[in-house]
Amino acid sequence: MDQSKEKFAQLQELIDSHKGQKGALMPVLQGAQGIFGCVSEDVQKFIAEGLGVTLSEVYGVATFYAQFSLHPKGEYLISVCLGTACYVKGSQSVLDKLSEVLEIPVGGTTPDGKFTLEATRCLGACGLAPVMMINGEVYGRLTPDAVPGIIAKYKAKD
Amino acid sequence: MEIYRAHVLVCGGTGCSSSGSATLIERFNEKIAENGLEKEVKVIRTGCFGLCEAGPVVIVYPDGTFYSRVKPENVDEIVTEHLLKGRKVEHLVYTDHATHEQDANKALDDITFYKYQKRIALRNCGVIDPENIDEYLAMDGYLALEKALTKMTREEVIDEILKSGLRGRGGGGFPTGLKWKFTYNSVSDQKYVACNADEGDPGAFMDRSILEGDPHAIIEAMAIAGYAIGASEGYIYVRAEYPIAVKRLTVAIKQAEEYGLLGDNIFGTDFSFRLFIRLGAGAFVCGEETALMHSIEGKRGEPTTRPPFPAVKGLFAKPTMLNNVETYANVAQIILHGADWYNSMGTEKSKGTKVFALGGKINNTGLVEVPMGTTLRTIIYDIGGGCPNGKKFKAVQTGGPSGGCLPESLLDTPVDYDNLIAAGSMMGSGGMIVMDEDNCMVDIARFYLDFIVDESCGKCTPCRVGTKRMLEILNRIVNGKGKEGDIEKLEELAQTIKSTALCGLGQTAPNPVLSTLHFFRDEYEAHIKEKRCPAHHCKALLQYVITDKCRGCTACARVCPAQAITGEVKKQHVIDPDKCRKCGACMEKCRFGAITKM
Repeated sequence: MDQSKEKFAQLQELIDSHKGQKGALMPVLQGAQGIFGCVSEDVQKFIAEGLGVTLSEVYGVATFYAQFSLHPKGEYLISVCLGTACYVKGSQSVLDKLSEVLEIPVGGTTPDGKFTLEATRCLGACGLAPVMMINGEVYGRLTPDAVPGIIAKYKAKD
Repeated sequence: MEIYRAHVLVCGGTGCSSSGSATLIERFNEKIAENGLEKEVKVIRTGCFGLCEAGPVVIVYPDGTFYSRVKPENVDEIVTEHLLKGRKVEHLVYTDHATHEQDANKALDDITFYKYQKRIALRNCGVIDPENIDEYLAMDGYLALEKALTKMTREEVIDEILKSGLRGRGGGGFPTGLKWKFTYNSVSDQKYVACNADEGDPGAFMDRSILEGDPHAIIEAMAIAGYAIGASEGYIYVRAEYPIAVKRLTVAIKQAEEYGLLGDNIFGTDFSFRLFIRLGAGAFVCGEETALMHSIEGKRGEPTTRPPFPAVKGLFAKPTMLNNVETYANVAQIILHGADWYNSMGTEKSKGTKVFALGGKINNTGLVEVPMGTTLRTIIYDIGGGCPNGKKFKAVQTGGPSGGCLPESLLDTPVDYDNLIAAGSMMGSGGMIVMDEDNCMVDIARFYLDFIVDESCGKCTPCRVGTKRMLEILNRIVNGKGKEGDIEKLEELAQTIKSTALCGLGQTAPNPVLSTLHFFRDEYEAHIKEKRCPAHHCKALLQYVITDKCRGCTACARVCPAQAITGEVKKQHVIDPDKCRKCGACMEKCRFGAITKM
């Protein structure tokens, strides 16, 4: 409970620093996504009140952009690039392999809350295609065979 | 100022960072200190040098020695041999793809990958430390801004850009000078300059590299634009997927403010200019100008009809001038060297140079900048080194989801805005994805449609519903359930969407289908009529078969996840097509080349 209080205090600070600024909603939502890991309904309500906009406006923006998620994501976010350069070099089979190894569909989160698997559009690392990113770390020149080893590394992390 | 006898340039672009260049920098600094060279040798993290394939890339100056695919364990040798004793480490030197030479004394410009290039937009990428404004200043940085502010009128600046023939590098190819002029002509108490750094076109990463490698070039150009059109504020809209670019831009803006190059009364004139960064949040449609401005305003990034054009009513309902990153990257150079210098390069209607992101089935993946009018063949074969593993070239995709696929017969097309459109594709932002014989063109068209369906904002019906119907048909075809008449239906839908969608995203969405239908119609027909995928790519239409080359080693049967392979030891095995999941694991495992796709 205290932890959640602390997070809302952080959010309040963020809202105060952006209040009155033109186009403040996007940076505030981005900050909230960072603080909470998602922008759930209560977070959206808090932002709407704080910025003096309607909840429907906040919800409209939060659901428009792929970056905002209404539900919490796993501890490790695996984004497999399905940009063109990666796709022609076989990133679909890497994604399929991950789905098989983690036993979750694309877009899903493992029951233990450890991994979320996503397909993403171009990461701009086309030179290393096919690539994936796990919490900001980029893995390049992937093959499906490399997948189990990489996942095992993260599973062993605690 | 400290003077060093040697500089070690380590690429810190996204490609090389992903291949571990940060570790290299640490290791270099450690080893240099161990050998007591810290007062003589300086390590610099630069932006992208273009040849991502050879990453991580390290260049040692003053010799200009080009080391490629450097591993942390190689650093010791480079320090003790090259930096300490002056002996170049030959075996780590880059091997030229055309000459197969590993020549440590070859000048960078003579390497085949760079020989055909002319770097203007990328001029500082891989050359300077992007987080150090002094290095930018040493490369004539902010001289163009000074010239514009103190020696040129606003009209002269616009004229110079107009005369240069520079056209929008984001894809549309609209004359940049005209855009400036229209916004200049609008009367308002407040105007804005904006930069489109929402590089959403999959397979293009030149904007990312420019922002990461030379952020001050964009800041300087935006300030020049602000002066010319009469704006005191500017916004840079960057994709959130580009964290390094955002960080370096933030650092660069802060430094420019500290030096008085942004802020009030720049160069002692009455011109004041401020820049703000806004992050995207993962929506492809935000690359469209009206959608982008809505997103900066904190709204859903949906496009609106034009007119009014942004030059009249844009950001916060004020006149706004929006250019792409690469377009801005040319501006300071044009002001500094003049329009005549710039328009001496290129073709009749497309001046200057263009950056292309080479990717897909090509040996030298990376960024290249060539004069407009260079042929596709030069870019793909001479610079790119052609398709790897001796595979046959099939098509090159340009222009991303709005562009098209061009076949071998059009490789001698000189690349410029108009020629690419005439050939059935478009320039787009400059992504160039090469496909070989293993890529199925129907599946590529399906891939782009899938992208569009995912990214359509849903505001207008042709794009929201029409592209979905097209995708359903394409899914049917690649799954072996295509019907007579599907091709005609695709064409009809494509034409309707083209002529009725609200914004550029929707209007160009059918292009990948139309261009593949035009050049590779036989592949569509093979899928529909013969239930066959000529590239052996579509899983539903392919079968794995074991030939008589099989020695019965049982390796394939052991690796098969579906237990679909049976057979006795030392005798030819068979695959049960009903059980086979077509994962291809058996084919990878077979050491005798006995498994083929049919």
